[in-house]
Amino acid sequence: MNELFAQHPILLVSLVKIVVLLFLLLTSLAYLTWFERKVAAHIQGRWGPYRVGPHGLMQPLADGLKFLFKEDTTPGSADRFVYFLAPFLSLSLAISTIALIPFGPGTFRIFGQTTSLVVANVNIGLLAIFAITSIGVYGVALAGWSSNNKYSLLGGLRSAAQMVSYELSLTMSVAGVLLLVGTFNLSEIVRAQSGTTWGFLPRWNLLSPTAPQLLGFFCYFVAAVAETNRLPFDLAEAESELVAGFHTEYSSFKFAMFFMAEYASMITVSCLAAILYFGGWLSPFPQTAAFAWTRYLPAVLLACVGVGLVINGFRYSTAWGRIMLPVVGALLCAVAILAAWPGAVDFVQGPAWFLLKILVILFVYVWVRWTLPRFRYDQLMGIGWKFLLPVAIANVVLTSLAVVIHK
Amino acid sequence: MSVQLTVFFVLAAIAVAGAVSLIVQRHPIHSALSLIVVMAALAGLYLLLEAEFIAAIQIIVYAGAIMVLFVFVIMLLNAGSEERTNLSRTAFYAGVPLAIFLLLELAYRVARGSASMVAQPSPAAATRGLSMLLFQDFVFPFEATSILILIAILGAIVLAKRDV
Repeated sequence: MNELFAQHPILLVSLVKIVVLLFLLLTSLAYLTWFERKVAAHIQGRWGPYRVGPHGLMQPLADGLKFLFKEDTTPGSADRFVYFLAPFLSLSLAISTIALIPFGPGTFRIFGQTTSLVVANVNIGLLAIFAITSIGVYGVALAGWSSNNKYSLLGGLRSAAQMVSYELSLTMSVAGVLLLVGTFNLSEIVRAQSGTTWGFLPRWNLLSPTAPQLLGFFCYFVAAVAETNRLPFDLAEAESELVAGFHTEYSSFKFAMFFMAEYASMITVSCLAAILYFGGWLSPFPQTAAFAWTRYLPAVLLACVGVGLVINGFRYSTAWGRIMLPVVGALLCAVAILAAWPGAVDFVQGPAWFLLKILVILFVYVWVRWTLPRFRYDQLMGIGWKFLLPVAIANVVLTSLAVVIHK
Repeated sequence: MSVQLTVFFVLAAIAVAGAVSLIVQRHPIHSALSLIVVMAALAGLYLLLEAEFIAAIQIIVYAGAIMVLFVFVIMLLNAGSEERTNLSRTAFYAGVPLAIFLLLELAYRVARGSASMVAQPSPAAATRGLSMLLFQDFVFPFEATSILILIAILGAIVLAKRDV
Protein backbone atom coordinates (compact mmCIF):
# COMPACT_ATOMS: atom_id res chain seq x y z
CA MET A 1 0.00 0.00 0.00
CA ASN A 2 2.77 2.44 0.94
CA GLU A 3 4.53 1.53 -2.27
CA LEU A 4 1.41 2.30 -4.26
CA PHE A 5 1.15 5.73 -2.65
CA ALA A 6 4.85 6.35 -3.25
CA GLN A 7 4.49 5.50 -6.93
CA HIS A 8 1.32 7.48 -7.42
CA PRO A 9 1.43 10.47 -5.04
CA ILE A 10 -1.76 11.74 -6.65
CA LEU A 11 -3.65 8.96 -4.84
CA LEU A 12 -2.63 10.27 -1.43
CA VAL A 13 -3.39 13.88 -2.41
CA SER A 14 -6.79 12.85 -3.73
CA LEU A 15 -7.51 10.89 -0.59
CA VAL A 16 -6.81 13.94 1.58
CA LYS A 17 -8.96 16.12 -0.66
CA ILE A 18 -11.78 13.58 -0.59
CA VAL A 19 -11.76 13.39 3.21
CA VAL A 20 -11.77 17.17 3.61
CA LEU A 21 -14.46 17.63 0.97
CA LEU A 22 -16.63 14.88 2.45
CA PHE A 23 -16.41 16.47 5.88
CA LEU A 24 -17.33 19.88 4.46
CA LEU A 25 -20.17 18.45 2.38
CA LEU A 26 -21.72 16.45 5.22
CA THR A 27 -21.51 19.44 7.56
CA SER A 28 -22.98 21.80 5.02
CA LEU A 29 -25.83 19.48 4.14
CA ALA A 30 -26.62 19.09 7.83
CA TYR A 31 -26.80 22.87 8.12
CA LEU A 32 -28.75 23.07 4.88
CA THR A 33 -31.59 21.29 6.71
CA TRP A 34 -31.34 23.95 9.43
CA PHE A 35 -31.30 26.67 6.77
CA GLU A 36 -34.32 25.15 5.05
CA ARG A 37 -36.29 24.94 8.28
CA LYS A 38 -35.41 28.50 9.23
CA VAL A 39 -36.36 29.92 5.83
CA ALA A 40 -39.56 27.86 5.78
CA ALA A 41 -40.45 29.08 9.25
CA HIS A 42 -39.88 32.72 8.37
CA ILE A 43 -41.90 32.35 5.15
CA GLN A 44 -44.76 31.04 7.30
CA GLY A 45 -44.30 33.63 10.04
CA ARG A 46 -42.79 31.25 12.60
CA TRP A 47 -39.42 31.11 14.33
CA GLY A 48 -38.30 27.63 13.29
CA PRO A 49 -35.74 25.65 15.34
CA TYR A 50 -34.92 27.70 18.42
CA ARG A 51 -34.51 25.32 21.35
CA VAL A 52 -31.43 23.24 20.61
CA GLY A 53 -28.57 25.69 20.93
CA PRO A 54 -28.80 29.42 20.16
CA HIS A 55 -30.96 30.02 17.07
CA GLY A 56 -31.38 26.23 16.90
CA LEU A 57 -27.83 25.90 15.60
CA MET A 58 -27.31 22.52 17.27
CA GLN A 59 -30.51 21.16 15.72
CA PRO A 60 -28.76 19.19 12.92
CA LEU A 61 -26.64 17.42 15.53
CA ALA A 62 -29.72 16.56 17.57
CA ASP A 63 -31.50 15.31 14.46
CA GLY A 64 -28.53 13.14 13.51
CA LEU A 65 -28.32 11.58 16.97
CA LYS A 66 -32.04 10.98 16.99
CA PHE A 67 -31.88 9.20 13.63
CA LEU A 68 -29.04 7.02 14.91
CA PHE A 69 -30.88 5.90 18.03
CA LYS A 70 -34.28 5.20 16.49
CA GLU A 71 -35.30 1.60 15.96
CA ASP A 72 -34.39 0.35 12.50
CA THR A 73 -37.26 -1.74 11.19
CA THR A 74 -37.46 -3.87 8.07
CA PRO A 75 -40.88 -4.91 6.74
CA GLY A 76 -41.33 -8.66 6.92
CA SER A 77 -42.16 -9.11 3.25
CA ALA A 78 -39.55 -6.70 1.95
CA ASP A 79 -36.87 -7.77 -0.48
CA ARG A 80 -34.10 -7.49 2.08
CA PHE A 81 -31.08 -7.07 -0.17
CA VAL A 82 -32.62 -4.37 -2.36
CA TYR A 83 -34.20 -2.76 0.69
CA PHE A 84 -30.74 -2.32 2.19
CA LEU A 85 -29.12 -1.40 -1.10
CA ALA A 86 -31.48 1.46 -2.02
CA PRO A 87 -30.50 4.04 0.64
CA PHE A 88 -26.79 3.34 0.20
CA LEU A 89 -27.11 3.75 -3.55
CA SER A 90 -29.05 6.97 -3.11
CA LEU A 91 -26.63 8.59 -0.71
CA SER A 92 -23.35 7.42 -2.24
CA LEU A 93 -24.34 8.55 -5.73
CA ALA A 94 -25.64 11.88 -4.47
CA ILE A 95 -22.43 12.54 -2.54
CA SER A 96 -19.93 11.39 -5.15
CA THR A 97 -20.85 14.04 -7.73
CA ILE A 98 -19.30 16.74 -5.55
CA ALA A 99 -15.87 15.29 -6.40
CA LEU A 100 -16.17 16.71 -9.91
CA ILE A 101 -17.01 20.28 -8.87
CA PRO A 102 -14.14 22.79 -9.15
CA PHE A 103 -14.23 25.28 -6.26
CA GLY A 104 -11.66 27.78 -7.40
CA PRO A 105 -8.85 28.61 -9.80
CA GLY A 106 -6.09 28.59 -7.17
CA THR A 107 -3.57 25.84 -6.56
CA PHE A 108 -1.93 24.78 -3.31
CA ARG A 109 0.93 22.49 -2.34
CA ILE A 110 0.40 19.36 -0.28
CA PHE A 111 2.86 16.44 0.14
CA GLY A 112 5.11 18.11 -2.39
CA GLN A 113 2.38 18.06 -5.02
CA THR A 114 0.80 21.12 -6.58
CA THR A 115 -2.90 20.52 -6.83
CA SER A 116 -6.07 22.46 -7.56
CA LEU A 117 -9.38 22.86 -5.76
CA VAL A 118 -11.10 19.92 -7.40
CA VAL A 119 -10.84 16.23 -6.60
CA ALA A 120 -11.27 14.95 -10.14
CA ASN A 121 -10.65 17.40 -12.96
CA VAL A 122 -11.82 15.21 -15.83
CA ASN A 123 -12.44 16.13 -19.44
CA ILE A 124 -16.01 14.92 -19.30
CA GLY A 125 -16.86 16.55 -15.96
CA LEU A 126 -20.36 17.62 -16.98
CA LEU A 127 -21.22 14.30 -18.59
CA ALA A 128 -19.88 12.41 -15.61
CA ILE A 129 -22.16 14.37 -13.30
CA PHE A 130 -25.13 13.62 -15.52
CA ALA A 131 -24.12 9.97 -15.63
CA ILE A 132 -24.03 9.74 -11.85
CA THR A 133 -27.30 11.61 -11.32
CA SER A 134 -28.99 9.48 -13.99
CA ILE A 135 -28.25 6.35 -11.93
CA GLY A 136 -29.47 8.15 -8.82
CA VAL A 137 -33.06 7.32 -9.75
CA TYR A 138 -32.50 3.68 -8.82
CA GLY A 139 -32.18 4.58 -5.15
CA VAL A 140 -35.72 5.96 -5.06
CA ALA A 141 -37.27 3.48 -7.48
CA LEU A 142 -35.79 0.43 -5.79
CA ALA A 143 -36.67 1.72 -2.33
CA GLY A 144 -40.26 1.97 -3.49
CA TRP A 145 -40.30 -1.48 -5.02
CA SER A 146 -38.44 -3.37 -2.30
CA SER A 147 -40.60 -2.09 0.56
CA ASN A 148 -43.47 -4.20 -0.77
CA ASN A 149 -46.00 -1.54 0.05
CA LYS A 150 -48.43 -0.07 -2.45
CA TYR A 151 -47.72 3.53 -1.47
CA SER A 152 -44.00 2.98 -1.71
CA LEU A 153 -44.37 1.27 -5.07
CA LEU A 154 -46.45 4.14 -6.45
CA GLY A 155 -43.86 6.61 -5.19
CA GLY A 156 -41.04 4.64 -6.79
CA LEU A 157 -42.89 4.34 -10.09
CA ARG A 158 -43.68 8.04 -10.20
CA SER A 159 -40.12 8.93 -9.43
CA ALA A 160 -38.75 6.65 -12.16
CA ALA A 161 -41.09 8.13 -14.78
CA GLN A 162 -40.42 11.67 -13.60
CA MET A 163 -36.64 11.34 -13.60
CA VAL A 164 -36.54 9.88 -17.10
CA SER A 165 -38.82 12.64 -18.40
CA TYR A 166 -37.02 15.56 -16.82
CA GLU A 167 -33.53 14.27 -17.52
CA LEU A 168 -34.17 15.00 -21.19
CA SER A 169 -34.97 18.66 -20.54
CA LEU A 170 -32.04 18.92 -18.14
CA THR A 171 -29.56 17.65 -20.69
CA MET A 172 -31.13 19.67 -23.50
CA SER A 173 -31.01 22.90 -21.51
CA VAL A 174 -27.31 22.39 -20.83
CA ALA A 175 -26.61 21.86 -24.54
CA GLY A 176 -26.92 25.63 -25.00
CA VAL A 177 -24.04 26.21 -22.59
CA LEU A 178 -21.98 23.53 -24.31
CA LEU A 179 -22.50 25.24 -27.67
CA LEU A 180 -21.15 28.46 -26.19
CA VAL A 181 -18.11 27.08 -24.37
CA GLY A 182 -17.30 24.00 -26.45
CA THR A 183 -16.02 21.78 -23.64
CA PHE A 184 -17.27 19.31 -21.03
CA ASN A 185 -14.54 20.20 -18.57
CA LEU A 186 -16.13 22.18 -15.72
CA SER A 187 -13.02 24.26 -14.96
CA GLU A 188 -12.77 25.28 -18.60
CA ILE A 189 -16.48 26.07 -18.71
CA VAL A 190 -15.87 28.55 -15.91
CA ARG A 191 -12.76 30.00 -17.54
CA ALA A 192 -14.66 30.52 -20.80
CA GLN A 193 -17.00 32.89 -18.93
CA SER A 194 -14.37 35.37 -17.74
CA GLY A 195 -14.36 38.94 -18.99
CA THR A 196 -17.06 41.56 -19.28
CA THR A 197 -19.46 42.99 -21.82
CA TRP A 198 -19.48 46.83 -22.13
CA GLY A 199 -16.94 46.97 -19.32
CA PHE A 200 -19.24 46.09 -16.44
CA LEU A 201 -21.61 43.19 -17.24
CA PRO A 202 -19.96 39.84 -16.40
CA ARG A 203 -19.73 37.55 -19.41
CA TRP A 204 -21.48 34.69 -17.67
CA ASN A 205 -23.39 32.26 -19.84
CA LEU A 206 -26.60 33.62 -18.39
CA LEU A 207 -25.72 37.05 -19.83
CA SER A 208 -23.52 35.89 -22.68
CA PRO A 209 -23.28 38.54 -25.43
CA THR A 210 -23.57 35.80 -28.09
CA ALA A 211 -26.69 34.09 -26.81
CA PRO A 212 -27.94 34.85 -23.29
CA GLN A 213 -28.92 31.55 -21.70
CA LEU A 214 -31.98 32.91 -19.89
CA LEU A 215 -34.27 30.27 -21.38
CA GLY A 216 -31.65 27.61 -20.82
CA PHE A 217 -31.25 28.53 -17.18
CA PHE A 218 -35.01 28.52 -16.66
CA CYS A 219 -35.28 25.03 -18.14
CA TYR A 220 -32.26 23.85 -16.19
CA PHE A 221 -33.60 25.11 -12.91
CA VAL A 222 -37.10 23.67 -13.34
CA ALA A 223 -35.72 20.32 -14.49
CA ALA A 224 -33.20 20.32 -11.66
CA VAL A 225 -35.91 20.86 -9.06
CA ALA A 226 -37.79 17.95 -10.60
CA GLU A 227 -34.66 15.78 -10.73
CA THR A 228 -34.00 16.31 -7.05
CA ASN A 229 -37.61 15.38 -6.23
CA ARG A 230 -38.38 18.62 -4.49
CA LEU A 231 -41.63 20.47 -4.18
CA PRO A 232 -43.48 21.37 -6.45
CA PHE A 233 -42.29 18.15 -8.13
CA ASP A 234 -42.07 15.82 -5.14
CA LEU A 235 -44.66 13.41 -6.49
CA ALA A 236 -42.53 10.51 -5.27
CA GLU A 237 -43.28 11.52 -1.68
CA ALA A 238 -46.62 13.34 -1.96
CA GLU A 239 -47.57 12.86 1.69
CA SER A 240 -51.15 13.91 1.04
CA GLU A 241 -51.72 10.87 -1.21
CA LEU A 242 -48.95 8.35 -0.60
CA VAL A 243 -48.23 8.58 3.16
CA ALA A 244 -44.55 9.26 2.56
CA GLY A 245 -44.08 7.75 -0.89
CA PHE A 246 -40.98 5.74 -1.54
CA HIS A 247 -39.61 6.00 2.00
CA THR A 248 -42.81 5.08 3.83
CA GLU A 249 -41.26 1.89 5.23
CA TYR A 250 -37.86 3.36 6.01
CA SER A 251 -36.97 4.38 9.51
CA SER A 252 -33.94 5.37 11.52
CA PHE A 253 -30.72 6.03 9.68
CA LYS A 254 -31.87 4.51 6.41
CA PHE A 255 -34.49 7.24 6.23
CA ALA A 256 -31.82 9.76 7.17
CA MET A 257 -29.74 8.55 4.23
CA PHE A 258 -32.53 9.39 1.77
CA PHE A 259 -32.90 12.71 3.51
CA MET A 260 -29.19 13.44 3.22
CA ALA A 261 -29.17 12.28 -0.41
CA GLU A 262 -31.87 14.83 -1.24
CA TYR A 263 -29.88 17.67 0.28
CA ALA A 264 -26.60 16.48 -1.23
CA SER A 265 -28.11 16.43 -4.70
CA MET A 266 -29.56 19.90 -4.05
CA ILE A 267 -26.03 21.13 -3.34
CA THR A 268 -24.64 19.45 -6.46
CA VAL A 269 -27.35 20.86 -8.68
CA SER A 270 -26.78 24.35 -7.27
CA CYS A 271 -23.01 24.03 -7.79
CA LEU A 272 -23.66 23.02 -11.37
CA ALA A 273 -26.05 25.92 -11.92
CA ALA A 274 -23.43 28.32 -10.57
CA ILE A 275 -20.75 26.83 -12.82
CA LEU A 276 -22.83 26.62 -15.98
CA TYR A 277 -24.73 29.89 -15.84
CA PHE A 278 -23.19 32.19 -13.21
CA GLY A 279 -19.49 31.93 -13.93
CA GLY A 280 -18.60 29.55 -11.11
CA TRP A 281 -15.82 31.00 -9.00
CA LEU A 282 -15.47 34.19 -11.09
CA SER A 283 -16.03 37.48 -9.35
CA PRO A 284 -19.11 39.39 -10.53
CA PHE A 285 -16.98 42.55 -10.77
CA PRO A 286 -14.66 43.46 -13.66
CA GLN A 287 -11.02 42.58 -13.02
CA THR A 288 -9.70 46.10 -13.54
CA ALA A 289 -7.67 48.41 -11.29
CA ALA A 290 -10.77 50.49 -10.52
CA PHE A 291 -12.46 47.41 -9.05
CA ALA A 292 -9.42 45.99 -7.23
CA TRP A 293 -11.08 46.70 -3.89
CA THR A 294 -13.78 44.11 -4.63
CA ARG A 295 -11.20 41.41 -3.89
CA TYR A 296 -11.72 42.21 -0.22
CA LEU A 297 -15.52 41.97 -0.39
CA PRO A 298 -15.76 38.28 0.65
CA ALA A 299 -13.62 38.96 3.73
CA VAL A 300 -15.64 42.09 4.56
CA LEU A 301 -18.93 40.20 4.19
CA LEU A 302 -17.69 37.44 6.47
CA ALA A 303 -16.49 40.01 9.02
CA CYS A 304 -19.89 41.71 8.95
CA VAL A 305 -21.59 38.39 9.67
CA GLY A 306 -19.13 37.78 12.50
CA VAL A 307 -19.65 41.20 14.07
CA GLY A 308 -23.40 40.80 13.73
CA LEU A 309 -23.22 37.45 15.52
CA VAL A 310 -21.16 38.95 18.36
CA ILE A 311 -23.58 41.84 18.84
CA ASN A 312 -26.61 39.55 18.63
CA GLY A 313 -24.94 37.06 20.95
CA PHE A 314 -24.43 39.51 23.81
CA ARG A 315 -28.15 40.19 23.90
CA TYR A 316 -29.21 36.54 23.50
CA SER A 317 -31.71 35.19 26.02
CA THR A 318 -29.84 32.12 27.25
CA ALA A 319 -26.42 32.07 28.94
CA TRP A 320 -25.22 29.33 26.57
CA GLY A 321 -26.13 31.52 23.63
CA ARG A 322 -24.41 34.55 25.18
CA ILE A 323 -21.19 32.48 25.21
CA MET A 324 -21.50 30.48 22.01
CA LEU A 325 -22.66 33.16 19.55
CA PRO A 326 -19.89 35.70 20.34
CA VAL A 327 -17.28 32.92 20.16
CA VAL A 328 -18.54 31.80 16.73
CA GLY A 329 -18.71 35.46 15.65
CA ALA A 330 -15.14 36.10 16.80
CA LEU A 331 -13.98 32.97 14.96
CA LEU A 332 -15.66 34.20 11.75
CA CYS A 333 -13.95 37.60 12.19
CA ALA A 334 -10.60 35.84 12.62
CA VAL A 335 -11.21 33.83 9.45
CA ALA A 336 -12.17 37.06 7.68
CA ILE A 337 -8.89 38.70 8.75
CA LEU A 338 -6.97 35.65 7.54
CA ALA A 339 -8.87 35.79 4.24
CA ALA A 340 -7.90 39.45 3.78
CA TRP A 341 -4.20 38.64 4.22
CA PRO A 342 -2.24 39.67 1.09
CA GLY A 343 -1.10 36.10 0.40
CA ALA A 344 -4.54 34.58 0.85
CA VAL A 345 -6.87 37.13 -0.67
CA ASP A 346 -6.54 35.92 -4.27
CA PHE A 347 -6.80 32.27 -3.29
CA VAL A 348 -9.87 32.79 -1.12
CA GLN A 349 -11.70 34.93 -3.67
CA GLY A 350 -12.70 32.10 -6.00
CA PRO A 351 -14.23 29.72 -3.43
CA ALA A 352 -15.87 32.64 -1.63
CA TRP A 353 -17.73 33.93 -4.69
CA PHE A 354 -18.61 30.37 -5.65
CA LEU A 355 -20.07 29.63 -2.21
CA LEU A 356 -21.98 32.91 -2.26
CA LYS A 357 -23.58 32.04 -5.60
CA ILE A 358 -24.44 28.54 -4.38
CA LEU A 359 -26.06 30.01 -1.27
CA VAL A 360 -28.23 32.34 -3.35
CA ILE A 361 -29.34 29.46 -5.61
CA LEU A 362 -30.03 27.24 -2.59
CA PHE A 363 -32.12 30.01 -1.09
CA VAL A 364 -34.22 30.22 -4.25
CA TYR A 365 -34.56 26.44 -4.12
CA VAL A 366 -35.92 26.55 -0.57
CA TRP A 367 -38.03 29.58 -1.36
CA VAL A 368 -39.70 27.75 -4.27
CA ARG A 369 -40.41 24.75 -2.07
CA TRP A 370 -42.28 26.74 0.54
CA THR A 371 -44.13 28.95 -1.92
CA LEU A 372 -45.57 26.68 -4.61
CA PRO A 373 -48.11 23.88 -4.14
CA ARG A 374 -47.47 20.40 -5.55
CA PHE A 375 -48.40 19.66 -9.17
CA ARG A 376 -50.83 16.92 -10.08
CA TYR A 377 -49.20 13.94 -11.74
CA ASP A 378 -50.63 14.58 -15.22
CA GLN A 379 -49.64 18.24 -14.95
CA LEU A 380 -46.13 17.16 -14.07
CA MET A 381 -45.82 14.98 -17.15
CA GLY A 382 -47.47 17.67 -19.29
CA ILE A 383 -44.99 20.30 -18.15
CA GLY A 384 -42.06 18.00 -18.72
CA TRP A 385 -42.89 16.78 -22.20
CA LYS A 386 -45.11 19.46 -23.72
CA PHE A 387 -43.56 22.61 -22.30
CA LEU A 388 -40.07 22.19 -20.90
CA LEU A 389 -38.64 19.93 -23.59
CA PRO A 390 -39.82 22.07 -26.55
CA VAL A 391 -38.52 25.21 -24.82
CA ALA A 392 -35.16 23.55 -24.17
CA ILE A 393 -34.94 22.41 -27.81
CA ALA A 394 -35.87 25.92 -28.98
CA ASN A 395 -33.07 27.23 -26.79
CA VAL A 396 -30.60 24.85 -28.44
CA VAL A 397 -31.73 25.94 -31.91
CA LEU A 398 -31.58 29.66 -31.07
CA THR A 399 -28.19 29.32 -29.42
CA SER A 400 -26.73 27.39 -32.35
CA LEU A 401 -28.03 30.05 -34.73
CA ALA A 402 -26.46 32.81 -32.64
CA VAL A 403 -23.16 30.94 -32.39
CA VAL A 404 -23.04 30.40 -36.15
CA ILE A 405 -23.89 34.06 -36.87
CA HIS A 406 -21.24 35.35 -34.46
CA LYS A 407 -18.51 33.21 -35.94
CA MET B 1 1.12 -6.25 -12.42
CA SER B 2 0.52 -2.71 -13.50
CA VAL B 3 -2.35 -0.69 -12.07
CA GLN B 4 -4.12 -0.67 -15.43
CA LEU B 5 -4.05 -4.44 -15.69
CA THR B 6 -5.28 -4.87 -12.12
CA VAL B 7 -8.17 -2.49 -12.73
CA PHE B 8 -8.95 -4.27 -15.98
CA PHE B 9 -9.17 -7.67 -14.31
CA VAL B 10 -11.26 -6.34 -11.45
CA LEU B 11 -13.72 -4.69 -13.85
CA ALA B 12 -13.78 -7.71 -16.13
CA ALA B 13 -14.50 -9.99 -13.17
CA ILE B 14 -17.33 -7.70 -12.05
CA ALA B 15 -18.78 -7.65 -15.56
CA VAL B 16 -18.68 -11.44 -15.88
CA ALA B 17 -20.07 -11.96 -12.39
CA GLY B 18 -22.89 -9.53 -13.18
CA ALA B 19 -23.66 -11.32 -16.44
CA VAL B 20 -23.78 -14.71 -14.71
CA SER B 21 -25.95 -13.28 -11.96
CA LEU B 22 -28.28 -11.81 -14.59
CA ILE B 23 -29.09 -15.34 -15.78
CA VAL B 24 -29.04 -17.10 -12.43
CA GLN B 25 -31.22 -14.63 -10.52
CA ARG B 26 -34.85 -15.68 -10.24
CA HIS B 27 -36.44 -12.30 -9.77
CA PRO B 28 -36.63 -9.94 -12.77
CA ILE B 29 -35.61 -6.93 -10.68
CA HIS B 30 -32.49 -8.71 -9.47
CA SER B 31 -31.68 -9.65 -13.05
CA ALA B 32 -32.14 -6.05 -14.14
CA LEU B 33 -29.85 -4.86 -11.35
CA SER B 34 -27.22 -7.39 -12.45
CA LEU B 35 -27.44 -5.99 -15.98
CA ILE B 36 -26.85 -2.49 -14.60
CA VAL B 37 -23.73 -3.79 -12.85
CA VAL B 38 -22.50 -5.22 -16.17
CA MET B 39 -23.07 -1.88 -17.88
CA ALA B 40 -21.28 0.06 -15.16
CA ALA B 41 -18.31 -2.32 -15.38
CA LEU B 42 -18.25 -1.90 -19.16
CA ALA B 43 -18.22 1.87 -18.70
CA GLY B 44 -15.21 1.41 -16.42
CA LEU B 45 -13.48 -0.59 -19.16
CA TYR B 46 -14.16 2.21 -21.64
CA LEU B 47 -12.60 4.64 -19.20
CA LEU B 48 -9.57 2.41 -19.04
CA LEU B 49 -9.29 2.75 -22.82
CA GLU B 50 -9.46 6.54 -22.35
CA ALA B 51 -12.77 6.64 -24.22
CA GLU B 52 -14.28 9.00 -21.65
CA PHE B 53 -17.16 10.18 -23.77
CA ILE B 54 -18.27 6.64 -24.63
CA ALA B 55 -18.04 5.68 -20.96
CA ALA B 56 -20.29 8.55 -19.88
CA ILE B 57 -22.78 7.89 -22.67
CA GLN B 58 -22.79 4.19 -21.77
CA ILE B 59 -23.89 5.08 -18.25
CA ILE B 60 -26.32 7.84 -19.21
CA VAL B 61 -28.08 5.97 -22.02
CA TYR B 62 -27.94 2.33 -20.96
CA ALA B 63 -27.74 2.36 -17.17
CA GLY B 64 -29.56 5.65 -16.70
CA ALA B 65 -32.33 5.56 -19.28
CA ILE B 66 -32.92 2.16 -20.86
CA MET B 67 -32.51 0.17 -17.67
CA VAL B 68 -34.71 2.63 -15.78
CA LEU B 69 -37.44 1.80 -18.27
CA PHE B 70 -36.81 -1.93 -17.76
CA VAL B 71 -37.07 -1.54 -14.00
CA PHE B 72 -40.08 0.72 -14.45
CA VAL B 73 -41.94 -1.88 -16.50
CA ILE B 74 -41.04 -4.72 -14.14
CA MET B 75 -42.27 -2.63 -11.23
CA LEU B 76 -45.42 -1.57 -13.08
CA LEU B 77 -46.34 -5.15 -13.97
CA ASN B 78 -45.36 -6.22 -10.48
CA ALA B 79 -43.70 -9.29 -11.99
CA GLY B 80 -43.03 -12.06 -9.52
CA SER B 81 -40.22 -14.59 -9.36
CA GLU B 82 -39.64 -16.79 -12.37
CA GLU B 83 -40.72 -20.35 -12.29
CA ARG B 84 -37.92 -22.79 -12.95
CA THR B 85 -38.38 -25.26 -15.76
CA ASN B 86 -36.02 -28.20 -15.97
CA LEU B 87 -33.61 -27.49 -18.76
CA SER B 88 -34.92 -28.85 -22.01
CA ARG B 89 -32.73 -31.61 -23.35
CA THR B 90 -32.09 -30.13 -26.82
CA ALA B 91 -31.15 -26.80 -25.28
CA PHE B 92 -28.69 -28.53 -22.97
CA TYR B 93 -27.03 -30.79 -25.53
CA ALA B 94 -26.89 -28.16 -28.26
CA GLY B 95 -26.35 -25.08 -26.12
CA VAL B 96 -23.51 -26.06 -23.81
CA PRO B 97 -21.11 -27.31 -26.50
CA LEU B 98 -21.93 -24.30 -28.69
CA ALA B 99 -21.28 -21.91 -25.81
CA ILE B 100 -17.94 -23.57 -25.08
CA PHE B 101 -17.06 -23.48 -28.76
CA LEU B 102 -17.87 -19.77 -28.97
CA LEU B 103 -15.80 -19.03 -25.88
CA LEU B 104 -12.80 -20.96 -27.24
CA GLU B 105 -13.05 -19.28 -30.60
CA LEU B 106 -13.18 -15.84 -29.05
CA ALA B 107 -10.23 -16.65 -26.81
CA TYR B 108 -8.28 -17.92 -29.81
CA ARG B 109 -9.01 -14.84 -31.89
CA VAL B 110 -8.15 -12.47 -29.07
CA ALA B 111 -4.94 -14.31 -28.25
CA ARG B 112 -3.84 -14.30 -31.89
CA GLY B 113 -4.89 -10.82 -32.82
CA SER B 114 -3.86 -9.06 -29.65
CA ALA B 115 -1.15 -6.96 -31.31
CA SER B 116 -3.53 -5.34 -33.76
CA MET B 117 -6.34 -4.95 -31.24
CA VAL B 118 -4.46 -2.84 -28.72
CA ALA B 119 -6.39 0.36 -28.23
CA GLN B 120 -4.89 3.41 -29.82
CA PRO B 121 -3.98 5.91 -27.14
CA SER B 122 -6.71 8.42 -27.86
CA PRO B 123 -5.98 12.13 -27.72
CA ALA B 124 -7.64 14.38 -25.18
CA ALA B 125 -9.87 15.63 -27.99
CA ALA B 126 -11.47 12.22 -28.50
CA THR B 127 -14.92 13.72 -28.03
CA ARG B 128 -14.21 16.31 -30.70
CA GLY B 129 -12.95 13.63 -33.05
CA LEU B 130 -16.02 11.52 -32.46
CA SER B 131 -18.38 14.40 -33.13
CA MET B 132 -16.45 15.31 -36.28
CA LEU B 133 -16.93 11.75 -37.52
CA LEU B 134 -20.60 11.68 -36.61
CA PHE B 135 -21.62 15.10 -37.86
CA GLN B 136 -19.28 15.56 -40.82
CA ASP B 137 -17.97 12.35 -42.33
CA PHE B 138 -20.93 10.13 -41.54
CA VAL B 139 -23.65 12.73 -41.23
CA PHE B 140 -25.98 11.00 -43.71
CA PRO B 141 -26.00 7.54 -42.05
CA PHE B 142 -26.30 9.27 -38.67
CA GLU B 143 -29.34 11.29 -39.68
CA ALA B 144 -30.86 8.27 -41.46
CA THR B 145 -30.56 6.29 -38.24
CA SER B 146 -32.23 9.12 -36.33
CA ILE B 147 -35.13 9.14 -38.78
CA LEU B 148 -35.40 5.36 -38.49
CA ILE B 149 -35.70 5.65 -34.71
CA LEU B 150 -38.24 8.45 -35.10
CA ILE B 151 -40.32 6.25 -37.39
CA ALA B 152 -40.16 3.47 -34.82
CA ILE B 153 -41.40 5.85 -32.10
CA LEU B 154 -44.26 7.06 -34.31
CA GLY B 155 -45.12 3.46 -35.13
CA ALA B 156 -45.27 2.60 -31.44
CA ILE B 157 -47.64 5.52 -30.82
CA VAL B 158 -49.87 4.57 -33.76
CA LEU B 159 -50.07 0.94 -32.59
CA ALA B 160 -50.77 1.96 -29.00
CA LYS B 161 -53.43 4.52 -29.96
CA ARG B 162 -55.36 2.21 -32.29
CA ASP B 163 -57.66 0.95 -29.56
CA VAL B 164 -58.24 4.26 -27.88
